[in-house]
Amino acid sequence: MTWMETLQYYFSYPFVRYALLVGVLIALCSSLLGVTLVLKRFSFIGDGLSHVAFGALAVAAVIGLTNEMLFVLPATVLCAVLLLRTGQNARVRGDAAIAMLSVGALAVGYLLMNLFSTSTNLSGDVCSTLFGSTAILTLTRTEVWLCVVLSVVVLAVFALFYNKIFAVTFDENFARAVGTRVDACNLLIAVVIAVIIVLAMKLVGSLLISALVIFPALSAMRVFKSFRAVTICAAICSVCCAALGILVSILGGTPVGSTIVAIDIAAFLGFALAGRLGGQPG
Amino acid sequence: MPQLVCQNLTLGYDGQILVNNLNFQVNAGDYLCIVGENGAGKSTLMRTLLGLRPPIAGEIVVGDGLRRGEIGYLPQQTDVQRDFPASVREIVRSGCQGRAGAFYSRADRQRAEDAMARMDIAPLARRCYRELSGGQQQRVLLARALCAAQKLLLLDEPTAGLDPHATAEFYALIESLNRSGVTILMVSHDVSAAVRYASHILHIGAALFFGTKADYLASAAGRRWLGAEGGAAR
Repeated sequence: MTWMETLQYYFSYPFVRYALLVGVLIALCSSLLGVTLVLKRFSFIGDGLSHVAFGALAVAAVIGLTNEMLFVLPATVLCAVLLLRTGQNARVRGDAAIAMLSVGALAVGYLLMNLFSTSTNLSGDVCSTLFGSTAILTLTRTEVWLCVVLSVVVLAVFALFYNKIFAVTFDENFARAVGTRVDACNLLIAVVIAVIIVLAMKLVGSLLISALVIFPALSAMRVFKSFRAVTICAAICSVCCAALGILVSILGGTPVGSTIVAIDIAAFLGFALAGRLGGQPG
Repeated sequence: MPQLVCQNLTLGYDGQILVNNLNFQVNAGDYLCIVGENGAGKSTLMRTLLGLRPPIAGEIVVGDGLRRGEIGYLPQQTDVQRDFPASVREIVRSGCQGRAGAFYSRADRQRAEDAMARMDIAPLARRCYRELSGGQQQRVLLARALCAAQKLLLLDEPTAGLDPHATAEFYALIESLNRSGVTILMVSHDVSAAVRYASHILHIGAALFFGTKADYLASAAGRRWLGAEGGAAR
């Protein structure tokens, strides 16, 4: 079979089509807020929150919830709110708070899984939660719909609040002075990023989510000079990398998450080079 | 009716009082410089005027057609802004944020174009903010402040980090804005510039002073402060 026929063969299965659809949507959503998070010096929030989601997942498994989402999503949203809120003037500063929460949740999650798990393949479970593995290929119809709906909501929120998000990211003090509800806006950003991370766990696993959030934004920032262009470019770059990554992983039998991230890295290097050649300083 | 009256204002935070019983008023077209030692409460006063923090006691009354929240603010630059990918136009438009809903109206856009023209940065509209010189960046932020408010501007240490040439240019720009009727409130370290351009001086510190420039130059606080400045220069 040529690679074209192989792809055609795989795409005759609905679960492969679902995986591509969900992967592209998640990549799109996660790249949008990436620009804001990178600029607010919150690049690691994705990492921290995904570890929280991992811990929450372990707790959900231990207490035997059938639908883990009901617990994981609120727990992650809560942590996101706490993290972004303490960002400015807390005793534990932003980066330290994230680091603490991140490794703490990871350790406790693994500990709980070890102590209480009834699974016969514990390391397999842990590995697939951390790196995504094949979870994306086992999506049910409901999960796909849930993902589509949440993605549409995220996109709509982003479009509606685009100007406010810009103002708050660029200059919080000024935005506050002209009467923008900065705290509400930060809260919104926190909630949206938490939702995206819980969604993205299925795709790339909790260890690699940060890559989906920050790489497209950083790539676009190498080349483009306006917020709008950076945002659009990050979205396109992220979607292309995710689609390409999923196709490559199908053809080559490589793990989905890490393939996508590898392609994101390659894209970043390409953009960095293009930025250098285009005379972009730094 | 003055644009802004502060009556018996007590300022501070975390239970610590910085300024007690502060009284001053600003009329349309005034150029008021707020000077004082570090930590005397200049920034706290500014944040209170902007409505970002409530005063401990006393009140701020606005009048003469000025509404609360109609103060154009020029904050100090933050680290985030130094490598922020944003075009000049995007930043100036964000000054309309207070009035705008989800999107900017045609009037908002026009206001942004007018503000850029007024600040002489229309040709830079598509340029990236981080690639501009310090003086140009201040003009962008001034244009943004003008989008937010036309009558009164509050400037926070606007010349910090500017080279002497850009500083002189900036003061000239502010002076021309002031002459066109914009009220200026400027927090400054630069006392020599303050007494050169301002019409009124507010000195915050151990001794409070508020009055015209001439009165300030004759006052004890003014003489001591300017004397110290002169001494430092020598």
